[in-house]
Amino acid sequence: MKLTDAEQAMLDGRDGPAVQKAMDLLLRYGRALGAERLVETHNVVASVSASTPFMREFASQHGGMEAVFSQFSLDSDEVVSIPKVRTFSVHTQLGFDPAQAERMGVDEQTVQFFRKGEAFTTGLGIQATNTCTPYQVGNIPVRGEHCAWMESSAVVYCNSVLGARTNTEGRESVGAAMLTGRIPYWGYHLDENRLGSHWIEVDTDVQSTADWGLLGYWMGEQVQEQVPVITGIRSTPNLARLKHFGASASSSGGVEMYHLVGITPEATSLQQAFGRRKVPNQPLRYGLRERRETLQRLNATGREAKIDYVMLGCPHYSLEQMWELAQLLEGRRIHADVQLWVFTARATKFLCDQSGYTRIIEDAGGHILSDSCSAMSRAVPTGTRVVALDSAKQTHYLPAILGVQAWFGSTAQCVEAACAGRWQELAG
Amino acid sequence: MNTSHLTLRGRCVVPGVAEGEALVTHDRISGWGGIDSRTGTIVEVRHALRGVSFAGKVLVFPGAKGSSGWSNAFHLTRTFGVAPAAMLFTEMTTKIALGAVVTRAPALTDFDGDPLALIETGDWVRVDADRGLVEITKAAQRSKASS
Repeated sequence: MKLTDAEQAMLDGRDGPAVQKAMDLLLRYGRALGAERLVETHNVVASVSASTPFMREFASQHGGMEAVFSQFSLDSDEVVSIPKVRTFSVHTQLGFDPAQAERMGVDEQTVQFFRKGEAFTTGLGIQATNTCTPYQVGNIPVRGEHCAWMESSAVVYCNSVLGARTNTEGRESVGAAMLTGRIPYWGYHLDENRLGSHWIEVDTDVQSTADWGLLGYWMGEQVQEQVPVITGIRSTPNLARLKHFGASASSSGGVEMYHLVGITPEATSLQQAFGRRKVPNQPLRYGLRERRETLQRLNATGREAKIDYVMLGCPHYSLEQMWELAQLLEGRRIHADVQLWVFTARATKFLCDQSGYTRIIEDAGGHILSDSCSAMSRAVPTGTRVVALDSAKQTHYLPAILGVQAWFGSTAQCVEAACAGRWQELAG
Repeated sequence: MNTSHLTLRGRCVVPGVAEGEALVTHDRISGWGGIDSRTGTIVEVRHALRGVSFAGKVLVFPGAKGSSGWSNAFHLTRTFGVAPAAMLFTEMTTKIALGAVVTRAPALTDFDGDPLALIETGDWVRVDADRGLVEITKAAQRSKASS
């Protein structure tokens, strides 16, 4: 790889051993990719937290938070002193909500260790946004901005909806990026890799977040990690719908970029979305049959109608979704045998408190949690066997991680199930 | 022609030399949420290798999918001593590149033949990533030699 003088100086140790380790990792990573050079970035989304008993153990045995950062954020066996970060860096979701640890079955020791860790990382200058949706709480890159983001659902949003540029980075590469301001110039940083590969024509109405989740889940299965171009969308989706759409497509496949013709910034036309690449002769078609089959696949683990738990907020609910949920729950009562947890960003929860949604949701018997989700935390209410979800992504992961049965449906369907205590499948 | 010993040439992703029994899947692998990092076992519900451990195996697969926690999930398999001995894959992504680098298992890609077609689970595979070389001893040949 070709390095600039500044990059070579970092590799030679000018800025200390942590930056040297970071540059060494970026070189190993860049060579593995086959990248020719690095690119400057000033926008990082990262997970650096230590919120598991394993991390606590690791820290106590190897030299505290600097050891955790050295090993798991820089791939360095040698413990190095970590300087303040060079780039704007915000934190992804955590392993639990530190404000509601008890509800999530997390012991006091783990919380204390987490708080120590968080003091360390905020001390480095990493923002404690603690969300899978940084674009909802103040990190909204502009079109063309080179980023180094973790969290697949945020990556696909960043590339597709915002037109900024990032690959799906991992814990170690963003650790290196925040200390060097560099990331390999590869993949979605380059114009030619952002062009469409598959054409998808939608033949059915796609309205609710669940509809968008189903379309995204099917699309990910079809195109895997390629770049789909979608036509036939009849009404412009909002942030929440695209959030669910991308999250689904990045879970069932590995979609990191898509184009919605006439909606997303690099696809004012079908021709622009494909650029120098040839527009396929025939599109793949998504209609009612594909929708029905995708729903059946997602609900493969669902057997019993009696549900124990409704989990909403994957990816973290938008303020608009919190408002919608409050409207659905106002004046109603969640069934005594059911728990309803909704996850959002901490900043959004503050707004819910101010706007009165927290009171409405809690009056109905629900709980607002922040900073995490059930898949990340492996936390569900005690005794949970059957879960209802409005997120295709969470439906993809939760049965695998916790062995629970899962039902997927719309937010309204989930709220009905929460109040009735039973899942009701809808026709079609 | 001797079909019991095959060789493949590829591009080095992570240097090093290792050998072991092949574990082959045509399914992409999810890291976070798709494997149990403490045992090296695949847990994804509809995966062909669900319940199978890749610890110490030469893992032959198309590539990575799913969460950005991929690299960390495989990094942890090294920490827990259940990482694959080597990785051979055909589709380059940032997840697999970073994951292979931090797993520190010898890894190759960009082959002159299709490892997913030529290698079967149970074959003995020697990976010399420094030289870009994969040597395959077919399982049938191995059982003949040992009987």
